[in-house]
Amino acid sequence: MPATDTGSTPGAALELAPGLAPEPTVSYQLRVDGARHQVHGAWLGASLLSVLRDTLDLTTVKDACEQGRCGSCSVLLDGRLVASCTVLAADAEDAEVTSVAGLRPSGPARAVAAAFVREGAVQCGYCTPGMVVAVTDLLARRPDADDGEVREALSGNICRCTGYGRILAAVRAVQDERAGR
Amino acid sequence: MTGPGAWPVPGADRALERARIGRSAPRPDGPAKVAGTFPYANDLRVPGMLHARTLRSPHPHARVRRIDATAARAMPGVAAVVTAADVPGVPTYGLIHPDQPVFAPVGGVARYVGEPVAAVAAVDGRTARRALAAIEVEYEPLEPLTDPRRAADPRTPPIHPNGNIYRELTLRHGDPGARGPVEVVDSYLVGQQDQAFLACEAALALPAADGGVDLMLATQWLHSDRDQMAACLGLPEEKVRLTLAGVGGAFGGREDVTLQIHGALLALATGSPVRIAYDREESFLAHPHRHPARMWFRHSATRDGDLIAVAARIVMDGGAYASSSPAVIANAVTHAAGPYRVPNVRVDGVVVRTNNPPCGAMRGFGVPQVTIGHEAQMDRLATALGMDPVALRLRNAIGPGDLLPTGQAVPPPLPVREVIEAVAAAPAPPPATAATPARDRPGGRGAQADPARIRRGTGYGVGVKNLMFSEGFDDSATARVVLELDRDGQPRAVVHTACAEVGQGFVTIAGQIARTELGLDAVVLAPADTAVASAGSTSASRQTWMSGGAVRKASVAAVDEVLRRVAASLRLPPAAAATPRRLLTLADGAVTGPEAGVSVGLADVLAAGGPVDVTETFRHRPTHPMDAFGQGDCHVAYACAAHRAVVDVDLDTGLVRVVELTLAQDVGTMLNPLSVLGQVEGGTAQGLGLALMEELVVTDGMVINTTFHDYLLPTAADVPPLRLIPIEQPAPEAPYGVKGIGEAPTGTATPAIVAAIRDAVGRDLRRVPVRPADLVLPPDPTVYLAPPDEDPEPQGPAEPAARDGMGLSDATPGAGTPPGPDQPPAPGASP
Ligand code: FES
Ligand code: FES
Repeated sequence: MPATDTGSTPGAALELAPGLAPEPTVSYQLRVDGARHQVHGAWLGASLLSVLRDTLDLTTVKDACEQGRCGSCSVLLDGRLVASCTVLAADAEDAEVTSVAGLRPSGPARAVAAAFVREGAVQCGYCTPGMVVAVTDLLARRPDADDGEVREALSGNICRCTGYGRILAAVRAVQDERAGR
Repeated sequence: MTGPGAWPVPGADRALERARIGRSAPRPDGPAKVAGTFPYANDLRVPGMLHARTLRSPHPHARVRRIDATAARAMPGVAAVVTAADVPGVPTYGLIHPDQPVFAPVGGVARYVGEPVAAVAAVDGRTARRALAAIEVEYEPLEPLTDPRRAADPRTPPIHPNGNIYRELTLRHGDPGARGPVEVVDSYLVGQQDQAFLACEAALALPAADGGVDLMLATQWLHSDRDQMAACLGLPEEKVRLTLAGVGGAFGGREDVTLQIHGALLALATGSPVRIAYDREESFLAHPHRHPARMWFRHSATRDGDLIAVAARIVMDGGAYASSSPAVIANAVTHAAGPYRVPNVRVDGVVVRTNNPPCGAMRGFGVPQVTIGHEAQMDRLATALGMDPVALRLRNAIGPGDLLPTGQAVPPPLPVREVIEAVAAAPAPPPATAATPARDRPGGRGAQADPARIRRGTGYGVGVKNLMFSEGFDDSATARVVLELDRDGQPRAVVHTACAEVGQGFVTIAGQIARTELGLDAVVLAPADTAVASAGSTSASRQTWMSGGAVRKASVAAVDEVLRRVAASLRLPPAAAATPRRLLTLADGAVTGPEAGVSVGLADVLAAGGPVDVTETFRHRPTHPMDAFGQGDCHVAYACAAHRAVVDVDLDTGLVRVVELTLAQDVGTMLNPLSVLGQVEGGTAQGLGLALMEELVVTDGMVINTTFHDYLLPTAADVPPLRLIPIEQPAPEAPYGVKGIGEAPTGTATPAIVAAIRDAVGRDLRRVPVRPADLVLPPDPTVYLAPPDEDPEPQGPAEPAARDGMGLSDATPGAGTPPGPDQPPAPGASP
């Protein structure tokens, strides 16, 4: 939110003034990486990301913009790749939420994670959990995606450290492994 | 760091994980990072912790008349509200000059949008935010000073007791009046870039039983933070203990104190652990950015293309507080002539205080700005001379022994000629054709550029960057190495430094160095903290050289101690005992000396004599301050780089696609080639961002775009593959011959891309980042800066500030060259 248009305190522009009516709260269950979590009295408008990180302390999911622009918070919602900061947590009640931790047992994610380490796709690593989810999802849908398609598909996941070169190399390495090249 | 939460990495080469220097060892923290279990500063949580938020001034310049936190303090769930009145020690802090208030005080002045006024700790983040809204602050808005040129005018009233000029530098080398028969003169403007590290600022502050405070945080320089905190908290340094938590990128943006003191004050005030963490908007407001710069250049040459003189005037906007501005302008001034041999140089540089956001360190530290200027000038000069731009650069390339504008001889090696030749010789990418898929055209699939309206261009950017701290700064780094037996009785080494791992890979390099010197695979790194002496900052391309040098020195000393113990047990003659390295070696966990008939396990040595525990401090050779004319041996070492960029531009929309980037770089000795590649790819991408999209837009002191919606960062679709040609020439003064890697390519990528766009569209582009409008609309007239010899527009102090949006206009009659019609196409590299 631009700091110019209210003259109020930056960062607090969206907050209600004290003394206003209490905000609507809800309680619900979330299924995250195969485990059930009860959420009590959460604000109805809370994003899935904030509930995962701040209510459930599931910090595997990262937070860098809260506006759907960086992909750090990427998870699968019933198998579909989403930015969890753009999903209402209450709306995920009946869904299966999968973070990088939930990808663990399956083969492709393991190969992706191993290639990330081996190929130098990790520097600070803050983009990495979201990036691994996005790459795993991409390779499941489009195992033979060429470089251009991979770049386009990953353009929702910002990495500030690597310039993407080694991330692309890791994706290619997984593709090569699978093709037995 | 490969703890229980780490992801097992099948196929990772175990031997490589134990690799010595020179191998592409994988990161020790990689498995935890891919598993999502690596603990970043903003992941830290402890039971009972409070959540802190910061109240910030919404005004670029305002007197604080009154702060009333009564209502906020009374809110249920609010544990404490702190303001300037609660700062027990020195009220201000700063990296070089302590000129920034911890909080703007009542009766005092807040000098930029986002300056902290108060901080709150509450049971949860939402209560803390509501408490902020309940704090009443009465501001008296003051006229903001947002035009750096006006700030430089001595008649402008100071907006801070320290005045409006952070530093003014004059450099005169050779004959300052020298001119040549061929001259090119122009002005350039560079916008404000943000580091945009991915993990926003965060810390966990824990009150300690001794009345002190422990802080776990993401930073670049633990000891600098510690010292500034201790002064403001009124605590002795030993009661302020800092431990590095996981750092999600830095790039200069974590060199300054932001939330450290606020978090500690709240922890001490409440007696509870306090989590303080910023969101993206607050991050944009809180840390200093890359300095916006206006530059005027005049390059003079012979008709054969030999540079005779370079004159430059540089005005940098330092924003409201000093941060590292005085050092940034020194870099800009001393690098203004670029990697070229220029006998006569005159540079006037100034960095000023304004009511714009504070500026400080960002990757390249003052050098990327002038590299944009001098490289544009070299292309202009080549056009004026009718010369090939590569040939002109090669003809003037500086080399070891040549004099830099500071009068200092170029310390060897500096393969400027080699990097230029290497990129120029690299094969060019195939031309775009009608068959090029829409995805690969400018703007991608969405823009549907008409292939007939796409133009290709090629450009070069060559630069040099100093390594490490300069101007006589007493720079040191300390490492402690302990050789001990682990629980199973096996020998291991624990390496302890305060070096901040921010993603660059020091943890990998430190392990490689220790394993190499100790002849031991079992090396673990202790967490970086203030229990060991300072490592200096993770900045200035310095940690591999400095903290790497310290780890090497401490490892060597540890080996010496082991050998001394073994030698002592042999009852050797004194001469032999004094030089045990002649007889004995430590390798693979054993001390052997065939001549002396010795073979003893390291485990036995440690079992008999106890752990070996050594601490060593490393220093580079001293540098010296510059004199009044900018002359002096002020920089330790340099690295050079050259980029070639190939772009496609859509003439209709002004959208640019960078097709290919080639980089040749002076890398010294590569301790980890994969790490080198990662650094230059990342640095190149940030240079691309500055060329095409990254700009924090500030109008009348107000920051317009504090989100990732409108501050655009390069994505995987924007950054093309990079071809790296490493030029390996060991630096004789450095440990193993290393050179810092990360900064040089950040500076050269931007001018190469801008030059390629000029080549494609035939326009003189004077403003970076290049916006689509700059390619399709008439030229922006606000770029011009007056030359140094002219009075920068006489103007009374009472006059209103800027006339143009950037607050940087100099386009008044007589104050500069008025913008002319567009020049003929800039030269490209392709024949
Ligand atoms: S935090 Fe969700 S996309 Fe950035
Ligand atoms: S590795 Fe740091 S943001 Fe990607």
